[in-house]
Amino acid sequence: MDIFYDFGRYCKLLYQAIRSSTEFKTYYKNFVSEMIKIGVDSLPIVILAGMFTGAVLTIQTSYQLEAPFISVSIVGAIVVQSMVIELAAVISGLVLAGRVGARIATELGTMRVSEQIDAIESMGFNSISFLVVPRVFAGFVMFPVLYVAALSFGIGGGFLAGIITGQVPAMEFLKGGREYFLAWDIIFGLTKAVVFGFVITSISCFKGYYATGGAEGVGRATTNATVLSCIYILLSDLVLAAVLL
Amino acid sequence: MIEIKHLKKSFGPNLVWEDVNMTIPDGKTIAIIGKSGCGKSVLMKHINALLYPDKGTVEVDGKNIFELSYIDLRIQRQRFGFLFQGAALFDSISAYENVAFPLRYFTNWKEPKINSRVMECLEMVNLANIGKKGTSELSGGMRKRVGLARAIVLEPEYLMYDEPTSGLDPETSDEINDLIIHMSENLKITSIVVTHDMHSVLRIADYAAFLDEQKLSWYGSIDELKVSKHKRLREFIKASEYQID
Repeated sequence: MDIFYDFGRYCKLLYQAIRSSTEFKTYYKNFVSEMIKIGVDSLPIVILAGMFTGAVLTIQTSYQLEAPFISVSIVGAIVVQSMVIELAAVISGLVLAGRVGARIATELGTMRVSEQIDAIESMGFNSISFLVVPRVFAGFVMFPVLYVAALSFGIGGGFLAGIITGQVPAMEFLKGGREYFLAWDIIFGLTKAVVFGFVITSISCFKGYYATGGAEGVGRATTNATVLSCIYILLSDLVLAAVLL
Repeated sequence: MIEIKHLKKSFGPNLVWEDVNMTIPDGKTIAIIGKSGCGKSVLMKHINALLYPDKGTVEVDGKNIFELSYIDLRIQRQRFGFLFQGAALFDSISAYENVAFPLRYFTNWKEPKINSRVMECLEMVNLANIGKKGTSELSGGMRKRVGLARAIVLEPEYLMYDEPTSGLDPETSDEINDLIIHMSENLKITSIVVTHDMHSVLRIADYAAFLDEQKLSWYGSIDELKVSKHKRLREFIKASEYQID
């Protein structure tokens, strides 16, 4: 029953957030600062995760496909395709579930238990418009940007790893990458990034906004936000793959 | 004028209180007293609809606030100032910005006018030299005074104080009590004070409401309180180690 109760409250929060989204004056300052916190501040970890994923993928793929009749360019194709349609979005999503999701849930949870959200409401503000809307909107806008960063550095990392280890020559990697490339795959990856951005920010806002019970409650909200974000990233990844591919 | 009629509140199976009836006249100071956990703060949060009751009404100037649309409720809330128990200052901004916060969103004032009003309020609470200090650098008493400055910055008609002197030394408590008297006498603000500090009650309040045994057990003027034979009220006053002459 708790699941249905929580789902109902989550839907209600989203409905209120959508209704509040017209109050641009209330949240534009927070929107800009959240874009910086979610987007700019997350760039280093996303770039790092993307680059290493691409590099490891190149090395492991070339190891697995070491056979006389298989063209080495296929490694480039696999790395580029994997990064575009799956890994850049999912790896950065999972990393950001920890980094962004935990921060949002902790921030809002602390504000809830220290009555700061009540203070916002008591002044006559719409706390959802002030706190939830800018975070979810910033997630919408910045996750595709982070996906592009993870993708670029992932492919770059794979490319460099192939050259440095001598397993995949540069021209072969590029040839393979171009051969199977479809523009639709980029759109698919960007769609995933938008969905993951929404999933992480909305779940974290929900868990933080309704946190109860002092420091322990904030800790519980943060853990739940991170774990649920990861689960729903994987679930939505499956649904999107089944529906869009 | 605020009229509370037949108010009932439960949290799940736990009844907080029922059939609470009270009239709060304009320009007066009402103290809500009672043991810890009797629902004093819960009652106060109903007065500006931070919480909703199971039954009953709260009428402000004849309008039931629980029937107002969210937009109207937010306008209504701007008539109230609220000093929370822990002050509920926003810890991401400075003390000065906390006081300026409502002005930046609810007025179209330019910076010099905002600065002048903020300094006026900070002077009123004897914190004119607080500068741009962060909220973490403030003592408990200073936090409460900054919270009070923020509560009065929009010149509310009603001020609500949740345990304004709890956790403070006697000297600082007296300073806060002086401020409450100043707000009431000089600014003609109607004050509602939740406290279990009988020393404060007898200094600042015109009326007292005693919550006990899940109901409003006693309500009357301070002069009536001093001579009341109400057994539970006498016990409460005695337990708070305060002697009425």
